[in-house]
Amino acid sequence: MTVAANRIVAGEGVTVLALAGAEVTLPGLVAILVGLTLGLPGAWPQLRLVGAIVGLAGLLWLLTHGASALLDGAGDYARVSPAVGFWCLLLIFMLLMADALANLAPGPLARGTLLAAVLAAAGIILWSGALSELSILQEYASRKAAFANAALRHLALALGSLATAAAVGFPLGILCHRRADLRETTLPVLSFLQTIPSLAMFGLMIPILGWVGNTLPGAQAIGIAGIGFAPAFLALVLYSLLPVVGNTVAGLASAPPAALEAARGMGMTPRQRLLRVELPLGLPVILTGVRIVLVQNIGLAVIAGLIGGGGFGTFVFQGLNQTAADLILLGALPTVALALVSAIVMDILVDLTRPTPKGGA
Amino acid sequence: MIEIDRITKTYDGVHAVDSVTMTVETGTITIIVGTSGSGKTTLLRMINRLEEPSSGEVRINGESTLATKPHLLRRRIGYAIQGHGLFPHHSVARNIGAVPELLNWPKDKISARVDELLTLFSMDPVAFRDRYPAELSGGQQQRVGVARALASRPDLLLMDEPFGALDPIIRSRAQDDLRRIQQRLGSTIMLVTHDMDEAIRLGDRVAVMDGGKLVQYATPAEIISQPATGFVADMVGDVERPLRLLSLIPVSEVVEDGAAEGGALPAGASLRDALAACLWTGRTAVPVAHDDAVVGRVTLDAIRARAELHA
Ligand SMILES: Nc1ncnc2c1ncn2[C@@H]1O[C@H](COP(=O)(O)OP(=O)(O)OP(=O)(O)O)[C@@H](O)[C@H]1O
Ligand SMILES: [Mg+2]
Repeated sequence: MTVAANRIVAGEGVTVLALAGAEVTLPGLVAILVGLTLGLPGAWPQLRLVGAIVGLAGLLWLLTHGASALLDGAGDYARVSPAVGFWCLLLIFMLLMADALANLAPGPLARGTLLAAVLAAAGIILWSGALSELSILQEYASRKAAFANAALRHLALALGSLATAAAVGFPLGILCHRRADLRETTLPVLSFLQTIPSLAMFGLMIPILGWVGNTLPGAQAIGIAGIGFAPAFLALVLYSLLPVVGNTVAGLASAPPAALEAARGMGMTPRQRLLRVELPLGLPVILTGVRIVLVQNIGLAVIAGLIGGGGFGTFVFQGLNQTAADLILLGALPTVALALVSAIVMDILVDLTRPTPKGGA
Repeated sequence: MIEIDRITKTYDGVHAVDSVTMTVETGTITIIVGTSGSGKTTLLRMINRLEEPSSGEVRINGESTLATKPHLLRRRIGYAIQGHGLFPHHSVARNIGAVPELLNWPKDKISARVDELLTLFSMDPVAFRDRYPAELSGGQQQRVGVARALASRPDLLLMDEPFGALDPIIRSRAQDDLRRIQQRLGSTIMLVTHDMDEAIRLGDRVAVMDGGKLVQYATPAEIISQPATGFVADMVGDVERPLRLLSLIPVSEVVEDGAAEGGALPAGASLRDALAACLWTGRTAVPVAHDDAVVGRVTLDAIRARAELHA
């Protein structure tokens, strides 16, 4: 297990045993072993959780100490990266943690606290500089400004398109809910949009918006052009519409017919029925749509890098061109982290909006 | 007074309700009874305009229901839907207080009313107020549904099979509750059922529907003794007709002076109870007591004579 486990260094592999002196590797290895023995037997989720945390700590320990030990005496340009053994173990511990949490089923508040704790821990570790010798963070160090820029762009793309899609999609969904004829024409069109492959969609935006930018006076002045932010943004909005509209319609339709009939019978106006019965009962489903869009857009926004839309995709495609794996990771890891965090946050929100305490809906 | 005037509802050329005319007196219970699909629900729903009539009109105290906006009309009329139709995301208290909330009653008045109604339906307010519908039994849900319809003290209450999900014991208790509540508040109730027993027990008047038509509209005694059509007779059940009739007549109507052996019946008991007591204990007469004091007796002969009046 140990021998196959950890190789660190780009270029040539170094096994964990050859990393540094035993006083450094031993605590890490012990922690990983303890983590695995506690985590793998499935009886108690609490134990599994503790195992996962201990194991992760062990990995982190090896990573920080291994990196500095390896760089000691190596040239200025030497780079250290975790290799396949590290990623495998990381994956295993993450899975163990996810499984333990799923079994423990903590309430929304507990999950929120846990998420905040994990984020704080990650922040402290990154900020403390313990990992700054890793190659990926070296890449970051040389691109601090660009990274901040890309992060803002990425968020603007993902959240902005979500907000726009919500602003259009919620009213459209409510209208579709009211009128069957509108529903029957709108949803197929949106489904069709959803099936366009993302690369093709971004590609399609180039000539269309390019034409708009060139023909409509003033369009270029507000940034509408074939490449850049606008086409990426528009493509994301189009992708977002189906989940938003579809889930709004499904959510509003999920109110029991008898309850709606009773609402009508007691003299609620259509508006009161919407606000007091249909929306509260449909909110979890509607928010699930928002969650889908948010996670999907954070991922898709990477492709925006291809048409000059900015965001973390820029690093990914630069990295692909230069076959610099660490640069790709610099784009990919934050994207994944962002998507994970927003998924968890949205799940918490969905739970909080469940209309009945026992999750009856 | 509610006047239903030649009201008709047509779905795709088929008359679900076919030119029904009837007048319901204020402060009475009217039961609409009929087989499944006979148009009972449709008739009821045209009164609060959940369905618009194809022709004809309904007048409440002389005023056409068409004169008021539908949602304002409905706030004045209590409606207990077939199946309870409670809001799953609201507590029992919010469900019951729904109409008062629409009518902007002050909060403390609403919560006092909620507790009053829960108590009326033998549900402890402290235990039930904050529960959700999913945390109630089927029978409790139905009672909350009825309580919700009563909440704003409507003059008119429409109820569509409100006791459908109740077992016989709870059902007859709920019927008694409803009787008591109605007598206390003096409200007008129109209640739909397909159970003739319930109609006879509960109704001041019974309307029998068949295929969208009103085939008889009369007091329970008349329905039993003079069924207008073979269909009504079938609904009442030929075999049970005399017993049903006797169950409507209190012993006080045929009580006579004299003594009899054995345990006494209360004056409020029906002739059916008296007959059962005679047959079961092999007596030809039973004593009748009023507040523990024997006031006379009922004889088998008197019961027979009373039954023959209607035959
Ligand atoms: N919205 C509608 N569209 C078409 N036909 C309808 C509609 N509503 C009711 N009907 C028909 O009208 C007739 C009367 O229905 P209604 O619901 O009034 O019956 P009901 O007496 O209440 O029956 P049940 O005891 O089963 O509740 C039925 O034949 C039914 O199929
Ligand atoms: Mg019905």
